[in-house]
Amino acid sequence: MAKLSTDIPDLVKAFGPTLSRVPPGGWADTREDDKLVKTHCCFCGQQCGIQLRVRSNKIVGFEPWEDFPFNRGKLCPKGIKRYMQDEHPDRLTSPLERVDGLGFVPVGWDAALDRVVSEIKRIQGKYGKDSFAVLTGASMTNEKAYLMGKFARVALQTANIDYNGRLCMVSAGTASKKVFGIDRSGNPWSDIVAADVILVAGANIAECAPITTDYIWRARDRGAKLIVIDPRMTPIARNADLFIPVRPGGDIGVFNGMLHIMIKRGWIDQEYIAKNTIGFEDVARTVEKYTPEYSAKVAGVPASMIVRAAELFGPAKTSFVMHARGIEHHSKGVENCIAMMSLALASGRLGREGCGYAMITGQGNGQGAREQGGKCDQLPGNRKIDDPEARKYIAGVWDVPEESIPGKGLSAIPLVEAIHAGKIKGLISICFNPVVSLPDANFTREALGKLEFYTNIDFFLSETAQHADIVLPGSLMEEDEGTTTNVEGRVIRHRKVVSPPQGAWEDWKIVCELARRLGKGDKFSYAGPREIFDELRVASKGSVSDYYGMTWDRIEENNGLFWPCPTSDHPGTPRLYEDGKFGHPDGKAHFIPVEWRPSVEMPDEDYPVILTTGRVVSQFLSGTQTRRIGALIDQIAEPFCEMHPQLATKLGVVDDDYVKVESRRGHVVVHAKVVKTIRPDTVFVPYHWPHDRSANNMTIRALDPQSEIPEFKICAVRVMKTERPTDPIAELEVQAGGIR
Amino acid sequence: MIKEDFFIDYSRCIGCEACVQACGECDTHRGVSMIHLETIERRDSVQTAPQICMHCEDPICAQVCPADAIKKTPDGVVQSSLKPRCIGCSNCVMSCPFGVPKYQIDIDQMMKCDMCYDRTSVGKKPMCATVCPSGALTFTTMQEIQRTRQGVPVNEWKFGAEVVHTKVYVMVPPEVTHVDIGLIQIQTTAAALPSDPYDVALMLEN
Repeated sequence: MAKLSTDIPDLVKAFGPTLSRVPPGGWADTREDDKLVKTHCCFCGQQCGIQLRVRSNKIVGFEPWEDFPFNRGKLCPKGIKRYMQDEHPDRLTSPLERVDGLGFVPVGWDAALDRVVSEIKRIQGKYGKDSFAVLTGASMTNEKAYLMGKFARVALQTANIDYNGRLCMVSAGTASKKVFGIDRSGNPWSDIVAADVILVAGANIAECAPITTDYIWRARDRGAKLIVIDPRMTPIARNADLFIPVRPGGDIGVFNGMLHIMIKRGWIDQEYIAKNTIGFEDVARTVEKYTPEYSAKVAGVPASMIVRAAELFGPAKTSFVMHARGIEHHSKGVENCIAMMSLALASGRLGREGCGYAMITGQGNGQGAREQGGKCDQLPGNRKIDDPEARKYIAGVWDVPEESIPGKGLSAIPLVEAIHAGKIKGLISICFNPVVSLPDANFTREALGKLEFYTNIDFFLSETAQHADIVLPGSLMEEDEGTTTNVEGRVIRHRKVVSPPQGAWEDWKIVCELARRLGKGDKFSYAGPREIFDELRVASKGSVSDYYGMTWDRIEENNGLFWPCPTSDHPGTPRLYEDGKFGHPDGKAHFIPVEWRPSVEMPDEDYPVILTTGRVVSQFLSGTQTRRIGALIDQIAEPFCEMHPQLATKLGVVDDDYVKVESRRGHVVVHAKVVKTIRPDTVFVPYHWPHDRSANNMTIRALDPQSEIPEFKICAVRVMKTERPTDPIAELEVQAGGIR
Repeated sequence: MIKEDFFIDYSRCIGCEACVQACGECDTHRGVSMIHLETIERRDSVQTAPQICMHCEDPICAQVCPADAIKKTPDGVVQSSLKPRCIGCSNCVMSCPFGVPKYQIDIDQMMKCDMCYDRTSVGKKPMCATVCPSGALTFTTMQEIQRTRQGVPVNEWKFGAEVVHTKVYVMVPPEVTHVDIGLIQIQTTAAALPSDPYDVALMLEN
């Protein structure tokens, strides 16, 4: 069914999001803690070390963990308040069954699991194996990411599994594989501090990766120059030596223009290029036409800015290049990344202290989850699913016939399109809230309505779980254990802090039990996540992301280990590409020429304004967790539409007015935030909120042909002043999609 | 004695409010933050500034307290009001040039940042300076700050004719010797900067 069983306000009343404001026992409870557990934040790819305070199997607070080397006790507000998701009134503690007109009623585990298994069998029996799909997530441990990949291919034998990293790291990963031959940031973060120039493109570091700020500021105190490329003046851009307010989608103009000047002025490392790379001549030919004037037209900024960027970056002795979703969420996301990588490569400044390249991972385990088999085209160890050798090896690890492992399935957006088209009839999802996070949200809602059966594993009833037939209550990060791989490629240990509340199960137990009931119990007979990790190590052995030499104990003793780590005496590999050795079979980096092309939907007469979307510091992704924490909602309560005073004047809008932002696909009504820190041709709406406040009502379902990442960062909208809406959704609390 | 000093570097602040959120988690006043974040003028800029207690050498809040409820430790930390003494008159709230003390209506008492005396007196850093992800709030030695930062620490403030010395330092450009509230924006910086330094539209016109 997967249509909503009752009205949204009724579902919100029963399942939240409501705000947690007080720790268990209240603020005044001064009893001693039972223990202090060293673990990591469950949110972004920085994976900061944190200690959680425990009293009577309840998490009652946090304490900084100053000895953990990555963040040295530093945290952002999300990390500080994350413990407020524990002991939460919205927490699911029983399986739920959808009852039309009523919402959800609790059912026993046996009945719920039986129903899920019988629906899987029915749908796969009637429509074929691939008609049942899996959507998984990148905010889970490596162990769970591995388990979901194996569950899809061994227990369900469906090709159709993909993950929400499709909205995050796939452009960067694809580009990095093509250029460097390895999908990982090249350097440990300590190399940022030693760089003389830092080039940041499309990364709102202050809000989305706050801990990285200190690394950049430490470099600047050494005298480093900072260049920031972004359509909005973000907090780190405010003090940059050079801020380039690029037009959304114009990044290649800046990168190719910089390289053009670097070649002309001799600021490239000919010797490095000759020795360690191939394809430079093609790139040089391509950027020939990217004169400052031409580049400026493409980028939508004055030519002098591009010249200045080349002057700062070109002759530097050391440099660090970083990017994030701002250049990756495009129908040319991979090409944007490639163009930026060419700058690092042409400068020859890679693989040394203070010389490097990094993609800033967004999701908690954005790096690890994509290596372990949650992607539609990969088997564990970053192995290609259509590579006969890889299939043979993994079939051996899994003890299944090679031919039983399905081939490449659909990526997230085509998968939802196949649901919409009636080709996929059943879905199981975990750690993914596509109703909020996918582009063109009205289409996603329609698609879910066409499923014959949908089951969702989650700890809270997310906006997507509201569509489920059966909801299985799973576990929070701190209720289970395992590892994640942070933004640097450092594999770290998440400890179990408390047990799941009675009625909820650890996710891995749910998945293994489903597999058992599907008749594949012998392939999923793990005693716990440690055994899953031990199998994952073997599955990754000999691959580019080799974890074989790691054990949980070694990871703990070393405050994390960087892959590749092939043997138990191997120290791990914090820095890639030392001595100019790259991941391609020829050992060289591959220059790839890229040309700028327009985005899929450019502004026109009817929809004259560019919409770009992104995040705010106090919320994380689709907000399933952070929209339930009072202190974080107090900080930024609801989405808004940032616009320049010039545009506001044209529209007759003043600060705090209600505005309707509308694309060809949908709209939101939010408050206007009139600021001079954004381009006058662009508006910005953050995307963490649901329903009528969802920025993804407007975004376009256009994909990068290589990475299949959606083009979140540019679509065409019109903006107009309006009145406060008074419908039932608008009357909800702000965290549930209401408006004040 | 506490060996470290407290340094604020406004140029590093990213406005994330980790300091404010973490302050509200401190055991002596859990649930209530003693510090706040100033958003300077969001329309014009993303500049923000954390405001902790500056711990004046000669604290005006204590001087104006009719109940003698605000005490300074030998370390120079100006503490929250003492419960039996504070009469909730809010003289301190109105007199503080930094806007730090807050009258808490539910307990009829003034409370303020005491530089996490419970933490600093046992060798830990204040909570806000421990978590601050940008280093805008830093608790370290004078020697270390001079070794690692380009700015220089000053702790002299001029509010018109009034000179105030504080225990907490702020980082300023090397040529600056004190913070002159009367001169900020009017003479020192205005001439050197374009009229609207953070207006993206103006940047695009150049």
